[in-house]
Amino acid sequence: MNFRLRVWRQKSSDEKGRLVDYDAPDISPNTSFLEMLDIVNERLIERGEEPIAFDSDCREGICGTCSLTINGEAHGPSHPGAACQLYMRRFTDGETITVEPFRARPFHFIKDLVVNRGALDRIVQAGGFISARAGSAPEANSIPVPKHDADRAMEAAACIGCGACAAACPNGSAMLFTSAKVSHLAFLPQGHPERVTRALRMVSAMDAEGFGNCTNTYECEAVCPAEISASFIAKLNREFARASFAKKLGD
Amino acid sequence: MIGTLDSKIPPGPLASKWANHKDHSRLVSPANRRKFEIIVVGSGLAGGSAAATLGEQGYNVKCFCYQDSPRRAHSIAAQGGINAAKNYQNDGDSVFRLFYDTIKGGDFRSREANVYRLAEVSNLIIDQCVEQGVPFAREYGGLLANRSFGGAQVSRTFYARGQTGQQLLLGAYQALCRQITAGTVKMFPQTEMLELVVVNGHAKGIITRSLITGEIQRHAGDAVVLASGGYGNVFYLSTNARGSNVTATYRAYKKGALFANPCYTQIHPTCIPVSGSYQSKLTLMSESLRNDGRVWVPKARGDKRPPEQIPEAERDYYLERKYPSFGNLSPRDIASRAAKEVCDDGRGAGESGRGVYLDFKDAIARLGEETIRERYGNLFDIYEKITAESAYQRPMRIYPAVHYTMGGLWVDYNLMSNLPGLHVIGEANFSDHGANRLGASALMQGLADGYFVLPYTLPNYLAGEVGKRPGTDAPAFEQVERDVRARVQKMLDVNGSRSVDSFHRELGLLLWDKCGMARNATGLREALARIPQIRDEFWRDVRILPQKNETYNQSLERAGRVADFLEFGELMCIDALTRDESCGGHFREEHQTPDGEALRNDEEFASVFAWEYQGNGAIEPPKLHREPLEFETVQLAQRSYK
Ligand SMILES: Cc1cc2nc3c(=O)[nH]c(=O)nc-3n(C[C@H](O)[C@H](O)[C@H](O)COP(=O)(O)OP(=O)(O)OC[C@H]3O[C@@H](n4cnc5c(N)ncnc54)[C@H](O)[C@@H]3O)c2cc1C
Ligand code: SF4
Ligand code: FES
Repeated sequence: MNFRLRVWRQKSSDEKGRLVDYDAPDISPNTSFLEMLDIVNERLIERGEEPIAFDSDCREGICGTCSLTINGEAHGPSHPGAACQLYMRRFTDGETITVEPFRARPFHFIKDLVVNRGALDRIVQAGGFISARAGSAPEANSIPVPKHDADRAMEAAACIGCGACAAACPNGSAMLFTSAKVSHLAFLPQGHPERVTRALRMVSAMDAEGFGNCTNTYECEAVCPAEISASFIAKLNREFARASFAKKLGD
Repeated sequence: MIGTLDSKIPPGPLASKWANHKDHSRLVSPANRRKFEIIVVGSGLAGGSAAATLGEQGYNVKCFCYQDSPRRAHSIAAQGGINAAKNYQNDGDSVFRLFYDTIKGGDFRSREANVYRLAEVSNLIIDQCVEQGVPFAREYGGLLANRSFGGAQVSRTFYARGQTGQQLLLGAYQALCRQITAGTVKMFPQTEMLELVVVNGHAKGIITRSLITGEIQRHAGDAVVLASGGYGNVFYLSTNARGSNVTATYRAYKKGALFANPCYTQIHPTCIPVSGSYQSKLTLMSESLRNDGRVWVPKARGDKRPPEQIPEAERDYYLERKYPSFGNLSPRDIASRAAKEVCDDGRGAGESGRGVYLDFKDAIARLGEETIRERYGNLFDIYEKITAESAYQRPMRIYPAVHYTMGGLWVDYNLMSNLPGLHVIGEANFSDHGANRLGASALMQGLADGYFVLPYTLPNYLAGEVGKRPGTDAPAFEQVERDVRARVQKMLDVNGSRSVDSFHRELGLLLWDKCGMARNATGLREALARIPQIRDEFWRDVRILPQKNETYNQSLERAGRVADFLEFGELMCIDALTRDESCGGHFREEHQTPDGEALRNDEEFASVFAWEYQGNGAIEPPKLHREPLEFETVQLAQRSYK
């Protein structure tokens, strides 16, 4: 197959970026999208040109490292799935494909298709955990958890932390990401003691990082490779309201 | 120079060694802990859990990883599960059984005392993870569920759907986040360790390079903990993440730490085969598929008909034919080697001829498509995503792939290497899996080391090291930093014509061929002759673009890793050649039983091979140190699953 790529090239945040055209001839339909970029890069190196910087690690949709906006869609046209799970047979021969980085205000630009998503880590650092010191845990089966709750917790916990939700959102909101973590821990009895502080702190960290507000466009749910349901956002709103109320009472 | 290796196995009966050892280890008082700086390289299950736990105890921790977030460490990709001796199924499991299965699975090439401790702390791991909020699978009554895994007759594996590694890692990551907020752990993502700094014979620091800016930095610590994962990517293609590498452990080896059993690598039988030369990694398909799938290839060489056109009589169900009692469920190493054999014979499936069929037709006829979908639906989906073929309609094509490395830096019972202060945990050390690892045991080991072993053994070292942390202006730091800079510059200056990846692929293919599923002396000697040539070519002809160490330079980042693989590959082959026996995943064709099983030679080789760096190449071969393995509790036996 043959493709024409329009790739975002930008050396650093200080310099201006632009879309540059590259031909990608002779690509097997069984090549993954990232392998196609590998091939293009090998050819660039051969010609003495700087390869395109893009991130990936596991290349099987679980680590959340890959972060490409392909033809205007976070992770590309094949949902659910991360960019690394996209194969060239999904495109038509001769197609022009535009590749850009994930864009959201808190994702600081690094180079070409690479951005820094440390803001997501900082949201978790604000409270996305259960304080359980190693060595102090009770016997694992001493607190039964209804299967339904455990399954719901798992659904929320499946988030791979890629940030596609924020990149796809017209407001650059990280609500889907944050709601997944808050919900995961709220579904489990172990998460209850810190429920109030967790919701308040994570939401305020999200605001402090500069993520936008949620206006229910559901773009996040549409691109999420882990199929995180937007209903968790409603759960986050309830958790937040509950926490704000509890805090007021406490004050 | 290194004298005899002291494994520091505590005295006393096996079952009370760990308790006694803990009782007699030195401690660091809470008020003194904050005076210590601990460097942890790696944020996977091992490094993440260790950094978080040491932070909780009050030490100052600096944690490093090459990904942009600690949550992305390769542990995230583990699927199947984690073992523990809880005996929740009431089916006769116990600490002793888990210990015995692991020793036997490792083909009697691991230390009894370490493995027993691993089995002992396994239960604490499950308690800890549940308390952290890991959403393990549960039964309707709300209690934890288990599944069965290879090499055991009990059901002791805990799991979270097909994402156990992800959930366990997120548990450790969240604990780490909590400590980052508490100020005890400082995280350095996208920061790669390029060298170890040794001061007065003790590991006291590292030199790092920021992948974003290229900045080279010195970090001093009272102890250094390596949790940098396995080296499977030396083969280029493996189920490991693209960035997995040997640099941290190899650099430590070059500074005097011993590398143990580098030739012990695990090849997993059921992975999606390579489909072309552009392929960048291999994807695992859970071994559980072999419960219902039948493995076959055409009887005739070069038969390229599509599988559905090959009549029953012209198919060779070679596992059922050769191993009638175990059939399709024969052990990992046997199944892998048998697949290689039929493909070498020219009977492989698919375009490349490197694949065998895993056929569900009979199972679908027997159980119905719905049942098969329930059991394996998500795996069939992954398979279809990658190959565009439906395994409901035509047989899957599978082939073995590199998956795990049992070898690693040598450590004693305290998880400390022969270099005082240097501790090594998780897949990066050699300690618990012998010559073959059982499924669901790597996650267990990583978390055992990080949550429950290192936090007890590290203080034993630190207690004698109060106030001995050097400043980063010490001459050793200066020297090592200069070396690092010179090496980076040397690499950039080559300005040759070949890409980094082309060298990596070439090395990988060679090792896969000569030091992969089956090895023999002739092939290993050929590899040993060829590797130095590839290495020379690399240093003469590699092209790194952009040609500077400033911005995010992915060619340079990979070049450093490949340069280390090009040296390490040679060490692997030397070890494989010297270990003139077969055991577990190390199959020397010269040593097999009449029915093709690994034939051990306990008299000569019941020992750990630990290599000391002397220089590169055949001129200065590494020096071998042997640690004899003493078996007090188990009886050495021919490993048989018949
Ligand atoms: C596909 C797959 C499935 C698996 N499934 C299972 C399973 O079901 N059950 C099981 O028990 N095991 C399984 N395993 C094995 C298991 O996942 C690994 O052995 C284990 O997770 C390794 O953990 P670790 O903490 O030692 O290393 P890793 O998780 O690999 O972490 C290494 C860390 O070191 C860092 N690092 C590496 N080099 C450097 C450097 N030079 N400088 C700075 N940082 C560095 C990395 O950034 C990373 O943070 C599986 C493995 C694979 C590949
Ligand atoms: S919620 Fe979905 S899109 Fe957002 S970070 Fe998690 S996995 Fe990615
Ligand atoms: S590279 Fe890991 S999710 Fe895409």
